[in-house]
Amino acid sequence: MTTTTPPASELTPGSTIEALVQAPAKARERLTSRWASLAAVFIAVLWTLPTFGLAVSSLRPELAIKTTGWWTFFSNPQVTLDNYRAVLGNGSGGLGGNFINSFVIVIPSVVIPISLAALAAYTFAWIEFRGRNLLFIVIFALQIVPIQVTLIPLLSLYVTAHLDGTFWPIWLSHSIFGLPLAIFLLHNFMREIPRELIEAARMDGAGHVQIFFRVLLPLLTPALAAIGIFQFLWVWNDLLVALTFAGQPTAPMTAALSALSGTRGTAWHLLSAGAFVAIIVPVAVFLSLQRYFVRGLLAGGLKG
Amino acid sequence: MASRPTKPLNLLALGSALGLTFTLAACGGGSSSAAGAGGASTSADCAAYSQYGNLKGKTVTVFTGIVTPEDTPYMDSYKPFEKCTGATVTYEGDKSFETQVLVRAKAGNPPDIAIVPQPGLLKQLVATGKAKEAPAAVAANVDTWWGADWKAYGTVDGKFYAAPSGASIKSLVWYSPKEFKDKGYTVPTTLDELKTLSDKIAATGKKPWCAGIASGEATGWPVTDWMEDMMLRLSGPTEYDKWVNHTIAFNSAGPTAALDMAGSFLKNDKYVNGGLGGVKSIATTTFQDGGLPILTGKCSLHRQASFYAANFPAGTKVAEDGDVFAFYLPGKDVTSKPLLGGGEFNLAFSDRPEVKAFQTYLSTDTWANNKVASSPNGGWISANKGLDVSKLNNPIDKLAAGLLQDKSAVFRFDGSDQMPAAIGSNAFWKQSTSWITGQSTKETVDKIEAAWPK
Repeated sequence: MTTTTPPASELTPGSTIEALVQAPAKARERLTSRWASLAAVFIAVLWTLPTFGLAVSSLRPELAIKTTGWWTFFSNPQVTLDNYRAVLGNGSGGLGGNFINSFVIVIPSVVIPISLAALAAYTFAWIEFRGRNLLFIVIFALQIVPIQVTLIPLLSLYVTAHLDGTFWPIWLSHSIFGLPLAIFLLHNFMREIPRELIEAARMDGAGHVQIFFRVLLPLLTPALAAIGIFQFLWVWNDLLVALTFAGQPTAPMTAALSALSGTRGTAWHLLSAGAFVAIIVPVAVFLSLQRYFVRGLLAGGLKG
Repeated sequence: MASRPTKPLNLLALGSALGLTFTLAACGGGSSSAAGAGGASTSADCAAYSQYGNLKGKTVTVFTGIVTPEDTPYMDSYKPFEKCTGATVTYEGDKSFETQVLVRAKAGNPPDIAIVPQPGLLKQLVATGKAKEAPAAVAANVDTWWGADWKAYGTVDGKFYAAPSGASIKSLVWYSPKEFKDKGYTVPTTLDELKTLSDKIAATGKKPWCAGIASGEATGWPVTDWMEDMMLRLSGPTEYDKWVNHTIAFNSAGPTAALDMAGSFLKNDKYVNGGLGGVKSIATTTFQDGGLPILTGKCSLHRQASFYAANFPAGTKVAEDGDVFAFYLPGKDVTSKPLLGGGEFNLAFSDRPEVKAFQTYLSTDTWANNKVASSPNGGWISANKGLDVSKLNNPIDKLAAGLLQDKSAVFRFDGSDQMPAAIGSNAFWKQSTSWITGQSTKETVDKIEAAWPK
């Protein structure tokens, strides 16, 4: 929250203090409005309603889901955990194993690109070399390439390298697709760090490695967390990469979810429960780290 | 990842016990647990499999769009082969099979066997150059067990690639046997009789037909089936083939008359949409829900394939004397019996001995009967003449299999599945949907003709 800057003419010591004292109250007055709050609440309710409906639906029995809308739950409440049992169980269509696969996929797919991006961003931000700017622009421009056009060539490469059928194609693909944006955001964040800090460290005899680990990394935590969440959500929710590169033993949650309703969609009543199981993890991650998410994105994205 | 069951299994205790062994073997890639179990106990049953030799330690991968719950019977039906030969078959189902199999074939990562549900896709896969021609043993089996029409659908450019697998019958009309009995209606035997019956029901103030064509991005496909059925009935199989292969234009007289005929049912205010609304409600009702009003008595007739049986809620008796059943959508006259249907084909991308052996097994009557035996709830038939109809445990399967094996019936594969993708899975669906919501027949066929790839 910023304070309103008093006009230059009033800059006598007394009035400055007065202004500073009044500032929070004034700001609150200016920034709050009953109507704005009402609108915010309205939007929040509107946006949450489908998810709420999904939650209610997931607890209703099969016949009720298939014949009536979720709102009829309130006039005729029937609660069952059968859907969750079917979804989580090891029976036909269970998601248990895929749930674990999703973790096996998502952790390296977040760690690999962020580690590489942090190193690359440091290089682009603080090491002078010929063609640095051009190379940086080229890397950032890679974001323009739609991932769809890379799918078949990439898969051919993985097949040639005998990586198909393992988790490697998925890890590598997510890393490849995530790197340009991660490098860009981290680079912008690193540029924000005062040059004096780096120079002071250098005067004390620190090399690049020490500067990176001792000086920059602690300062980068919010940015790393933001990009981490970003990449996490992207990988967790990804279906296209999973369908193309994952086989049956390596298929994540999303791929299993798409098959959950059965060949001809006859088991669609399981989808609400399946969707809920799938969103629990991202919601937990997002809620616990959302402070970083907003702060880090603003730091990297807007000040560049 | 060897400890994770790859493919979910049936709830049956026995099934899951066996299945665990199977999936673990599948994950481990070359584990011999399946072979060890089989070799010891059932050597006598293995006589039919001796021709495939010892395939111990070999793995065959199957990729298909058939997922839960229909996947378990497939996996179960592979078990005798696995037991007796020692090979391991890994089954991988993916609902986006139709795009993924092309991606994998092009990228050089195809499965050993793909279960392809459309002749059109089969052609595309063969065009990638990765598919292998069927071995002689498979061709011989197909000559023995299937008709020439089926073999032709597995043939591309004169070379035979893929043996048929399952089949489904689309020329069926669902109805309530109880209602027919109470009201004294009889099952029609010609198209005219069907019309008369519809009028008779409509005269009582009830809308006789119900339909639903919404199906996500494939919305409109049930209309294409209607039109194909009418095309077969009004113009005959020869004209139908010409239409499908585009030797006659989509907007020529025959197809236009067929769509008009479909319209005389589907776009008739007096006939539709029983229990669901007006004509336009057809476009917004999902195909899964389209026939359900029969159960509540608000609709009498619903034209949909044999697989629709799975859409009725658990507890519905699907039988000639039950809550709901189907009759053959009659031909123009009593003697002509055109049959519209679909089916799958087993296409191989490898000619390793174990793949050839497995492919041969899938083309035998032994497999067809094993598949029936491992589908306790039914819902699966094949046009394989060696299929023992008496073993089918579900009346609708018996009806469909009986129709498939009827010598006077002329089978034709679903036309939209054979047309180029730009028509069969795009323009045809979209224009059919517009047609339901008010577009004229003429405009519809003209637009589809215009969209045909030059």
